[in-house]
Amino acid sequence: MSELDLSPLLHRLESYHSQGRTALLPALHDAQQLYGYIPKPAAEAIAQALNVPLAEVFGVIEFYSLFYSQPVGKTVIHICNDPACALAGSETLFKQIRFHQEASPADSPQSALTIEMAPCLGLCEHAPAALVQGQPIARADRQTWQDLVSGKGERPSSVLGGTVSILTANCGLGHTVELSEYLDLGGYQALRKALRTPPRQIIEEIKAAGLVGRGGAAFPTGLKWEAAADAPSEVKYVVCNADEAEPGTFKDRVLMEDDPHSILEGMLIAGYAIGAQKGYIYIRGEYWFPYQAMKNAVEEAREAGFLGSNILDTEFNFEIEIRRGAGAYICGEETALFESIEGKRGFPRLKPPFPTTQGLFGKPTVINNVETLANVPVIIRKGASHYRKLGTEKSPGSKLFCLSGDVVRPGLYEVPFGIPFHHLLFDLAGGVRPGHHFQAALFGGAAGAFATTDHLNVRLTFEDLKEAGLPLGSGVITVFDETRDLRDICLRLARFFAEESCGKCYPCQMGTQRQFEIMERIVRGEIHKEDWERLQDVGWTMTDSSLCGLGQTAASAILSAMKHFPHLFQTV
Amino acid sequence: MSDTIRITIDQTTVQAAAGSTILQAAREAGISIPTICYHDHCTANGLCRICVVEVEGARTLQPACVVQIRDGMVIHTRSERVIRSRRTIFELLASTVDLSESPEIQAMIHEYHADVYRYPDAETRLPAVIDDNPMYIRDYAKCILCWRCVQVCAEDAQYTYAINFSGRGYETQISTFYEIPMPESTCVFCGQCVGVCPTGALKPKRQWLLEMGYTPDEIMNLTRSQRQRRKRREEISANPS
Repeated sequence: MSELDLSPLLHRLESYHSQGRTALLPALHDAQQLYGYIPKPAAEAIAQALNVPLAEVFGVIEFYSLFYSQPVGKTVIHICNDPACALAGSETLFKQIRFHQEASPADSPQSALTIEMAPCLGLCEHAPAALVQGQPIARADRQTWQDLVSGKGERPSSVLGGTVSILTANCGLGHTVELSEYLDLGGYQALRKALRTPPRQIIEEIKAAGLVGRGGAAFPTGLKWEAAADAPSEVKYVVCNADEAEPGTFKDRVLMEDDPHSILEGMLIAGYAIGAQKGYIYIRGEYWFPYQAMKNAVEEAREAGFLGSNILDTEFNFEIEIRRGAGAYICGEETALFESIEGKRGFPRLKPPFPTTQGLFGKPTVINNVETLANVPVIIRKGASHYRKLGTEKSPGSKLFCLSGDVVRPGLYEVPFGIPFHHLLFDLAGGVRPGHHFQAALFGGAAGAFATTDHLNVRLTFEDLKEAGLPLGSGVITVFDETRDLRDICLRLARFFAEESCGKCYPCQMGTQRQFEIMERIVRGEIHKEDWERLQDVGWTMTDSSLCGLGQTAASAILSAMKHFPHLFQTV
Repeated sequence: MSDTIRITIDQTTVQAAAGSTILQAAREAGISIPTICYHDHCTANGLCRICVVEVEGARTLQPACVVQIRDGMVIHTRSERVIRSRRTIFELLASTVDLSESPEIQAMIHEYHADVYRYPDAETRLPAVIDDNPMYIRDYAKCILCWRCVQVCAEDAQYTYAINFSGRGYETQISTFYEIPMPESTCVFCGQCVGVCPTGALKPKRQWLLEMGYTPDEIMNLTRSQRQRRKRREEISANPS
């Protein structure tokens, strides 16, 4: 340890000093970038600089899967192991890499590899996907072993489809839309208009548009903004939840990479409407390119006067800071995300109090998903009634759907609410892969539920899906043809939750593990007749009694599989 | 009294002080709700969910230890859903940790007819006993992650911050900074963590040795060298030259 040179870290820590604990994750990212992992002396230096107890710094390092407290290989490779990538052969890919590694001479660079199975990397339309030193690789099975290990490979592009392009109007151009181009395309017109409008009227417009959250919970955005605007406090925050990690979801990745300014514009309007002066964008640690795109956009916006003081010569001041997660699905839960920004383990908080009264740093906070914020400039620019021309009465506007799995054209589809599922699947996405037919689709990701052939005619709206017992969630649809064993999919989802449970409340901490163990045995073909009741009891206990949304939905897909395909879980 | 409100617990309407939790109100009404992680002198975090009750109108079951009563609230403390959750949580716990020194939890397991052998595949937690200081041992195979020790070591009492967590989810364990031995940590050996531990995971070293069959004299001999080392270290740090 004596040879560890702390000076570059200490230099970086100087800029964090005044921030205190909230700079803990950024400082840990720096240390890991410098040393490949977080050596004990580096953790001690960080603890001292930020005035955080040593044991708590260690607790934070240990919570996030992308932080390492022990040395790792010079190159770290993550292979996605969740449904869409598994269908595309990620397990074979993982074994091949392992095989090559083991066959390499001990002193070769390949032996200095750390290879890990990872939860969904948000690259489902490019399955099987990998991260090499944090850089995404599309179709990793098509790369040679040498290229893969050295990080060469196809960079994931945006694959777009659908019948409208409103949220995705500036996406799929093959590059990130920078400020000048965004302005040419009519960007920041909505902000100009908003700043000439009383804040309350903005909130009324969002309410009139009927916009609801696109992160999965579908809470009315206008009501959220109103509650935060009404909360008495000088300091308020807007947080953009870009911790997109629901298996099968990649919409926010595309929006951030292709059209980052539309999200900033949405945040600025939200900030103005509720009386906030500061915003945070929390981007999952696995999203390197979206992070770069958002970072550049914030710098451009600051330079051009769209961020800072007296924006567009008004009284309105607003700043945006970007934070990176470090490998924890739970941080997509709003209060866990706040904890993470505050420099803590991502434990969800008890609610109430709700974020609109006591959110980030205990202040009134509006937290919105990326796609939700991208809707805001659209609504403000053309008005709520124009926005409502698309979609249905209860589900106005357009929606992004992430299609992956056994589908001919996986990708991001923007469609008006209300089209039937079969139209999206067969007419727009080309249907199930050739020679096969539809068995099931997972709606809403790991926290979702299975649709069957009975659901092909369901209209894609909040109200229709709710009636059909399917969650719209974040817009995930993972398709499975008749050759797939859904028990294997259930096992993957069970493993995902067992690995991503934060461990705070008992039902989820232990229930996700028991559910995983039982599924593992069922997939081996050893089904006990008691398993049905075991899975039901564990599942309903997590659903009924867990502290947060993660635990409350950790059994959702398996319970729905048991309902629609009971024979898979029963002895013959 | 103006600051009392009416609630209904298990079909009985009672008056309760506004601002109290469901747990407190139920106790006042003579209805007992089981708890594990809850401790009168620690911040309640609603972790164990054993105290969940059914509140009419709420989608999920509610933890009685932290949820405040509202006027007109209708509460069921022993509905079918409640019993199923409690029984399942007991079964999960019994398949995960060693509850042999937790008589209160064992009594509740019995009361709820929980089957401690319900999960034959269960990977139990079996870390080795940590015996790294002369004052207490840490047997995390018995730890139920109630967080009390972490809390009393921090803002709930001592402000020492010697312990926090390692891992997450099922792999969570109470840990010092980089798992260093307790004497190298900021621990001041106040013993508060040992006092609040409900399962014998933290235990005075003397008690541990007595239970293993050592006599008091043998224990004095066993721990003497440790005490002397500690004394020497204190002298050195007081007078480094």
